[in-house]
Amino acid sequence: MTMLDKIKQYKERGDFAAINSLIPYAHMVGLEAEIKDETITTVLRKRDQNIGNYVIGAVHGGVVAGLLEHAAIMHLLYALDGAVMPRIINLSVDYLRPCLNRDTFARGSLVKQGRRIANVRVEAWQDDPAKPCAAAHAHFLIT
Amino acid sequence: MSLTSDDTHLAQLAAVFEGIPHCRELGLKIVSLAPRFATMRLEYSDRLIGNPQTGVFHGGVISTVIDTVAGLAASASVPANSAVATLDLRIDYLKPAHPGKAVTGEAECYRLTKSVAFVRALAHQGDKDDPVAHCVASFMLNSTGFSITDAKKV
Repeated sequence: MTMLDKIKQYKERGDFAAINSLIPYAHMVGLEAEIKDETITTVLRKRDQNIGNYVIGAVHGGVVAGLLEHAAIMHLLYALDGAVMPRIINLSVDYLRPCLNRDTFARGSLVKQGRRIANVRVEAWQDDPAKPCAAAHAHFLIT
Repeated sequence: MSLTSDDTHLAQLAAVFEGIPHCRELGLKIVSLAPRFATMRLEYSDRLIGNPQTGVFHGGVISTVIDTVAGLAASASVPANSAVATLDLRIDYLKPAHPGKAVTGEAECYRLTKSVAFVRALAHQGDKDDPVAHCVASFMLNSTGFSITDAKKV
């Protein structure tokens, strides 16, 4: 079975945790996907190896960007018909507050879906979704 | 790693950045460091794959290389006690990275004000004129950030 067949099969079953588990980087940094109330949330688990600023104990900005991108991809896999791996074109991240060394959550929303390109917004937070620690917008090729 | 001079500030900065836990986890190394300029390199590894269909790096890997090298170029432009924190980062993914090949990040702090450092950066796999990603980033100075002086106390 090809990787695309696997993604299709898991998507039909609604098993996004299984799709996530196909991605080695997700294992390495501790990214997980959870579906609740018909929305998909991506979680970056607390991990000491993800720290970038060890003075205040904050998650590396590159990993936060990785979380936002991953949440955008998971949202597209969840929201779009079919099963293609979205390919990123560009990503713009705003760092709003330090992401401290605990679980960080992120959720995407589809701003616009064209025939070839999707525009997605993503926010990440720790304790309170109303106080995001980072936000991003990104374009993906979805053909 | 090559430094442009035997500047202790740059040597301390290099040690602090290579000691960042996530940089050690990835194996992200400094290639060269000079005031305003930094180059870092990351070897390919299967655990960094983001697209299992193609074996291409996860975007988080490229963003980590770029955020680190850009932060390093910004830190190499300011005094040791200035804290540096990323305000924003915009990355254009110009083409997929080749699976199996190392990635190099190069950054230049091209404008420095009292509060903000503006940095541009590239990620490439051997040919600077054919980059895999291009980035602009800005860093806030002297707020809650990361400084050599504070890092040495930890």
